[in-house]
Amino acid sequence: MTELVTLREVEGAPMPSASGPCAMRTIGLDAYFGSVHAVRSVSLDMPSNEVTAIIGPSGCGKSTLLRTLNRMHETVPTARVSGQVLFHGQDIYADEVNPITLRRHVGMVFQRPTPFPTMSIRDNVAAGLRVQAGDKPRRAEVDAIVERALREAALWDEVKDRLNASATGISGGQQQRLCIARALATAPHVLLLDEPTASLDPASTQKVEELVYELRRTMTVVIVTHNMQQAARVSDRTVFMLAGELVETAPTRVMFTTPSDPRTEAYITGRFG
Amino acid sequence: MSAGAIDASGAVGQPRRPTRSRPVALARRRGVSILMVTLTCLAAAVAVVPLVVILVYLLKQGASALSLSFFTSMPKPVGEAGGGMANAIIGTLILIGIASAVGLPVGIGAGLYLAERRGTRLANLVRFLADVLNGLPSIVMGIFAWQFLVRPVGHFSALAGGAAIGAMMIPLVTRTTEEMVRTVPQSLREAALALGYPRWRTSLQIVLRTALGGIVTGVLVAVARVAGETAPLLFTALGNQFWSTKISQPIAALPLQIFTYAISPYEEQHAQAWAGALVLITLVLVISIVARVVTRARLGGGHD
Repeated sequence: MTELVTLREVEGAPMPSASGPCAMRTIGLDAYFGSVHAVRSVSLDMPSNEVTAIIGPSGCGKSTLLRTLNRMHETVPTARVSGQVLFHGQDIYADEVNPITLRRHVGMVFQRPTPFPTMSIRDNVAAGLRVQAGDKPRRAEVDAIVERALREAALWDEVKDRLNASATGISGGQQQRLCIARALATAPHVLLLDEPTASLDPASTQKVEELVYELRRTMTVVIVTHNMQQAARVSDRTVFMLAGELVETAPTRVMFTTPSDPRTEAYITGRFG
Repeated sequence: MSAGAIDASGAVGQPRRPTRSRPVALARRRGVSILMVTLTCLAAAVAVVPLVVILVYLLKQGASALSLSFFTSMPKPVGEAGGGMANAIIGTLILIGIASAVGLPVGIGAGLYLAERRGTRLANLVRFLADVLNGLPSIVMGIFAWQFLVRPVGHFSALAGGAAIGAMMIPLVTRTTEEMVRTVPQSLREAALALGYPRWRTSLQIVLRTALGGIVTGVLVAVARVAGETAPLLFTALGNQFWSTKISQPIAALPLQIFTYAISPYEEQHAQAWAGALVLITLVLVISIVARVVTRARLGGGHD
């Protein structure tokens, strides 16, 4: 596995392309909020260029697990993590790793659309580029990246004529795809999606799902969802969590047809949750 | 659902047993309601009476002495007709400028700290002290500024006056900035952090920018508040009968000029004082209206 020196040394430099079989992997990971033990000893592999879906009832720790993968968990007061998270083989909780640099390689999209209200559509997409340390990209380069990201997020045709308009003026579904474009603009290796369609209508949900399906060609995706059909539609692997523990992980087709744990079966057949 | 489920008071609930006293109770409730609405309406009307009376009276008293030359010419000696307060108007604007240079960076910075580090012991202490500072009598601020900014230098100055009223702006700006920054949703901060924004850039470029509309309003309100301050200027800016824009020298100011003329024995100067008061209150009103328009424009701009 290649040693990814970029995390600790060259800020903002392009990451060598993924070579390991697992873009992300957790080993004996525990996460806490104060005295609440939200994630319990989770060891999980998230293979490169696959979509991993995390399902489970509300409060099972799936969002917390996701937020440990780009160190967003620790931004909450009293939050704590122990165990290891490996990004291309490198422990992201090592002392020398700068979480700011890590987050530029591990993008994240939240449950509710969060466009920056003071910025135009173009500036929203370019926001992550502008914050990267070092040389400032030229305007033409930025425009090219903005267009690429918006195309990848299947939003280009809808907004290309009003790139300078306020980002809060578009619909909720468009705003969420804008947030995905914003996360894609910095070309992350891993994209974390925290219930990205929970606040969207069915048509927008479908667009986002198609997008997620496409994204695996270029990156590794981890998606938290409370919608089992969505997990079945978009993911290659599914992880079932319950009360902070990882109950079962399997290829999605196997998980939804022949789950090995009775608790998984009870959940996916709708007996609780 | 039929209208029968809603009783006469408008409350929806369990159907109640009809009683004989019901019409009486209803009439009483209506009576109390009308009485209370009338009383609060009266209080609301009385609340704006002072402003209306002041405006009307100022217009009546000050308009006669007010003309274009009031804004462009200097005070004339007693006995000469005409004259204006050009020096006091420019003086007040300069004092506001100095006050803003002192009060805004400190106030906005402190407000940002209080909102982004809420709950820490230091934040709670600073918030409490800002509230105390807000309640500090302005004359005390004047004496304090005199002791530390005028006495060591040996003469009065615009700088000392601006610093004194700038210090009065700090708690006002701090608290509005804090309130406005707190209204920025946490999800926006998380979005910025997740994009790789360091904390300080998240605070300055995302949070502060999002709250800017509200902060501008708060700043303008604070400016309007201190523009009319007189007591802190008595020992600091002192006032000046001549044209001066030097910040190291005593400077004229509208409130000071009004004070000087109002206690003088000459009719012409009384009229000038009224006109000065009219200009001052108009200045404050204009700032307040601009504050409202700015806020509305920002709010509207966010949705189209």
